[in-house]
Amino acid sequence: MVKNIKLISVVFLVIVSFFILLKGLNKTNNYSPNLNSSKIDFNFKAKFLYSDEETTLYELINDKDFSIINIWASWCLPCRDEHSFLLKLKSLDKLNIIGINYKDNEINAKKFIKELGNPYSKIVVDPSGVNSIELGAYGVPETILINNNSKTILKKYIGPLDYEKFAEVKLIIKNEN
Amino acid sequence: MKIKILIFIIIWLVSFFNFSYADNSEKVDQISKNLRCLICQGQSVYDSQSDFALSMKILIQNKINEGKNDEQIYDFLKSKYGEWIVYDPEINKNTVLLWVLPLILFIFGGILILRKVSIK
Repeated sequence: MVKNIKLISVVFLVIVSFFILLKGLNKTNNYSPNLNSSKIDFNFKAKFLYSDEETTLYELINDKDFSIINIWASWCLPCRDEHSFLLKLKSLDKLNIIGINYKDNEINAKKFIKELGNPYSKIVVDPSGVNSIELGAYGVPETILINNNSKTILKKYIGPLDYEKFAEVKLIIKNEN
Repeated sequence: MKIKILIFIIIWLVSFFNFSYADNSEKVDQISKNLRCLICQGQSVYDSQSDFALSMKILIQNKINEGKNDEQIYDFLKSKYGEWIVYDPEINKNTVLLWVLPLILFIFGGILILRKVSIK
């Protein structure tokens, strides 16, 4: 009897762990938080790249219906790749693109913008990276789509924008009206 | 004599400020040990030297200076990054198995041992 229980429990454990691991295989390793609880922090304070004035997130996202907050740095290679998509998004009327320059050198950042073009309506700097953490960011590049009216995060893209994400942003903005 | 007292006061002040500084960074260490570095694999924020972890440590320091307690800091980070960032998972629908399984195994093992002893 005892032998039976042992055998059954071992077989049972092996089967259970097999299926748990099998399920784990299909899961992507990139963890992204559920966005239901994500609200934007408005006490976010930062300096502009092109002037010494301070601003808050509240002032930054005031103008239009939607905002994109894009976290970038001149030292970040994928940021170069996604830059062309940001420039394309600039043409959307309802969208306001804000850049956060993450842990960067001011001269290099300005050079980057001069070289590749400026999709941003406003750029603020984040030399310590704390502002990005307050926004719930992981690193560069990262793009956060915000509905300015309801002040909520609609979508968060970790990593560079590509054609699919670009199309999705356009679709979300079209459908949210 | 006066010089001695003066030297003593200076040393006392220096050590006092050192102490208060050390106390604060110890607190940062303590909190960051309980936080998972989300962009690293299997490291805590305390262990990691990634940009993410370094910024996180500055943020924790800032929050402590603002007078926030541990609980508030954890809650803030949980609201930003989700439950995953803390090493200590809360009991809910998704984690109940995690909490209950060791207990079940413990009881099951106990039963096995008891049976063995009683058979002898």
